[in-house]
Amino acid sequence: MKIPSSILTMLAGVTLTLVSLWYGQNHGLMPVAASHEAELVDELFDAMMVISVGLVILVEGVLIIAAIRFRRRDGDETDGPHIEGNVPLEILWTSIPTVIVLGISVYSFSLYQQMGGLNLSNQAADAGAVEVAYASDNSSNSGHLASAGIGLTQGMGDQPPVAVNVKALQYAFVFTYPESGVISGELKVPANRGVNLSMEAQDVIHAFWVPELRLKQDVVPGETTELSFIATREGTYPIVCAELCGPYHGAMRSQIQVQSPDEFDAWMQSQIASQDNAVETVAAAPAAERSDADYLAPLAQPLNLDVEADALAQLQAPAHSHEHPHYQMAARID
Amino acid sequence: MAQVEILESPASSPPQAHGGERKWTDYFTFSTDHKVIGIQYMVTGFIFYLIGGVLATMIRTELATPQPDFVTPEAYNGIMTLHGTVMLFLWIVPVGAGLANYLIPLMIGARDMAFPRLNAIAFWMIPPSGILLVSSYFFEAPSAGWTSYPPLSVNTGLVGQGIWILAILVGGTSSILGGLNFAVTMLKMRVPGMTLFKMPLFCWSMLATSMLILIGTPVLAGALILLAFDLFAGTSFFNPAGGGNPVLFQHLFWFYSHPAVYIFVLPLFGAISDVIPVHARKPIFGYQAIAFSSFAISFLGLIVWAHHMFTSGTPPWLRMFFMITTMIIAVPTGIKIFGWLATLWRGKIAYTSAMLFSMGFIATFTIGGVTGVMLAAVPFDIHVHDTYFVVAHFHYILFGGAVFGVYMSVYHWFPKMTGHMMNEFWGRVHFVLTFIGMNLTFMPMHELGLMGMNRRVALYDPQFTDLNVMATIGAYIMAVSTIPFIINAVWSWRYGPKAPANPWRALTLEWQTTSPPAIENFDELPVLKTGPYDYGLGYIPEIDPPELYGKQVSEPTAS
Ligand SMILES: [Cu+2]
Repeated sequence: MKIPSSILTMLAGVTLTLVSLWYGQNHGLMPVAASHEAELVDELFDAMMVISVGLVILVEGVLIIAAIRFRRRDGDETDGPHIEGNVPLEILWTSIPTVIVLGISVYSFSLYQQMGGLNLSNQAADAGAVEVAYASDNSSNSGHLASAGIGLTQGMGDQPPVAVNVKALQYAFVFTYPESGVISGELKVPANRGVNLSMEAQDVIHAFWVPELRLKQDVVPGETTELSFIATREGTYPIVCAELCGPYHGAMRSQIQVQSPDEFDAWMQSQIASQDNAVETVAAAPAAERSDADYLAPLAQPLNLDVEADALAQLQAPAHSHEHPHYQMAARID
Repeated sequence: MAQVEILESPASSPPQAHGGERKWTDYFTFSTDHKVIGIQYMVTGFIFYLIGGVLATMIRTELATPQPDFVTPEAYNGIMTLHGTVMLFLWIVPVGAGLANYLIPLMIGARDMAFPRLNAIAFWMIPPSGILLVSSYFFEAPSAGWTSYPPLSVNTGLVGQGIWILAILVGGTSSILGGLNFAVTMLKMRVPGMTLFKMPLFCWSMLATSMLILIGTPVLAGALILLAFDLFAGTSFFNPAGGGNPVLFQHLFWFYSHPAVYIFVLPLFGAISDVIPVHARKPIFGYQAIAFSSFAISFLGLIVWAHHMFTSGTPPWLRMFFMITTMIIAVPTGIKIFGWLATLWRGKIAYTSAMLFSMGFIATFTIGGVTGVMLAAVPFDIHVHDTYFVVAHFHYILFGGAVFGVYMSVYHWFPKMTGHMMNEFWGRVHFVLTFIGMNLTFMPMHELGLMGMNRRVALYDPQFTDLNVMATIGAYIMAVSTIPFIINAVWSWRYGPKAPANPWRALTLEWQTTSPPAIENFDELPVLKTGPYDYGLGYIPEIDPPELYGKQVSEPTAS
């Protein structure tokens, strides 16, 4: 009544495959995907999870089976069989991982191309490609990579992309919409329209990360880094600084609000209107402006920032000609 | 080259009745005996491991709650920086050097290292380096992480950062001297008849490690010296305020520090390749493949550094190149893992503490390996770079690989080093606690990173609290798990049952001399009778030739 081991092996293999396939699709380990490109990244991750889970179960399974089946019996002082190797088997376990990693490489490569990462070489062909991060060095070869990114986003939709300048400083992000001059402590973007971030750091290296967009780019002082994306899912998502930037690095967070185009336009208009008032009286800051302050308040509180949250918001308001001293004041802590 | 004379001089000294046991005071001297130096390295490393562990426990205590309530965020960054630096430069590197020092001459049948005096100098650089490093915390604690990226590293704590750099430079010099010594010893001082392909695999992995040390460490030293100039002389190599390029530092730093990961784990890859065959009574599966894969890893390890910088603003072609090299490094690593598994298969596995830790090594290191392949994929890495996913990954490599490997090595070679057996029961307790604690601490970090928790933070979004609490509990279990080990090691060193020359019935040369070995290792130059892994051919390892032991030998306590 003994089941042949070849059948057992086959059953184990089938089970392993099914379990890996199931878990790879149902791990639930990623936050929601707020853009098409985020979904592509998730597909890559799912595929890698299938392979990884399969491989890990295989290795751990062999380990556990070996530990049980080949345990030394009491009093057995003899050796196991003298097996020095098995060339075909070794070739097999060298070539299968090679094929797997090359496969993942090719997959990642094409995905990266779809996301627009290789737009330099292939700009016209990738009409749909937007989600990409790259740097351009101010000092040399200025703006070469950056212009490629802008070109891409224009190819994307009928509307031009929303341009936003991002200033990263200890411990906040400040967003400026250069077309309107509007300044905000949180990033508002319209859904389904290209967004083009042009990022600079004031003091140390920071990193702009939106987990829901699966998108991260370092913001390096002395350089302008570019980031383009199209958010497709309306909602509010965190913006997280991902590069150690000082003691309050963990508090360097903001939000991105992906709104319907109408909401976004309305917000933009109200901002433009309030901007004109802001110069005259800060106390009568309009609701939208106050919400920035409200947002910054919890930030300032645990940090013991040397400035009030309101002051932080104020500093951003008159920053039409935003110069460094403002930010330095805002950033000083004890 | 005093060593050559020693080798040529006839073995005239009479057998040592007490098997070369050392007085405890010998370990505080400038001894040129590689065995003393090996133990000095390992014990010093372990002390720093305990310091790093206390820091890790503080980190986890802080992160048990989302608020920065246990220590201030400033102190947190200092603790986090010190934890990383101590664990890497004062624990893993010295303990690897300690194993290499102790084992290489014994394994190749030499009486000492090629340059014994240099060897002692290299060791005695570690305590000052460590004292400097730890003291830097008390002078404007360096708080830019172990990576010390400028401009943050040149903006905070001037004096502390300076001491930190000096400490690493001293430690790095020690590492270079050690690497040179290991390579020359293995290439020049093997016992007659031992070709390179008859060396134990530990020696192969140390050859590969030495190559990495010699190529990589000078680059790190260069980068840190330039950083020191930026700090103190007001230059602007990396400081953008003066037109410097901070990303250049990252390139130089990772040119060393990625290979450094292999400097950390390769010695333990070698050690496990020597431990598994002994406790499974079976030859290592695919000797040449494992030997060459060490070199493939160290060669590829030199051309993957920029995978730490996929979000740093590196150009696309560079990202693609480093993605592919990083992916390919999984292949030689896989060859090793499959080789170890195949060695276990059909063996006769004894559940000794050494074997348990080597199985724990394979089990956890594999997980770190697959997440490493994931991280190589650029589109995915862009999401998880600098998150807890990365923290989970490298702890599965460095704790699952390196620390499990060190414990395995201690349980395996402790009888040789001290002449006493360790207690196996408490060894198994130690393993179970460590294995549970390790996985409980680091497994949840994968999810934390994927869901959006960035690393190196003293305060975090409250939605991540549950998983962090879990990790903290795991860390406490790990902290507790060291207690049985320490008591076991200290007690056994003094009161443990006397170890026979070859308690595990192993075939490599270090087991052919007394435990502990005589001052010059072998009374007569050993003769190679078998290959290092010739199990299953009917060779019966000699059991305690009585003339080596004289009166003091007790009955063997092999398990
Ligand atoms: Cu930051």
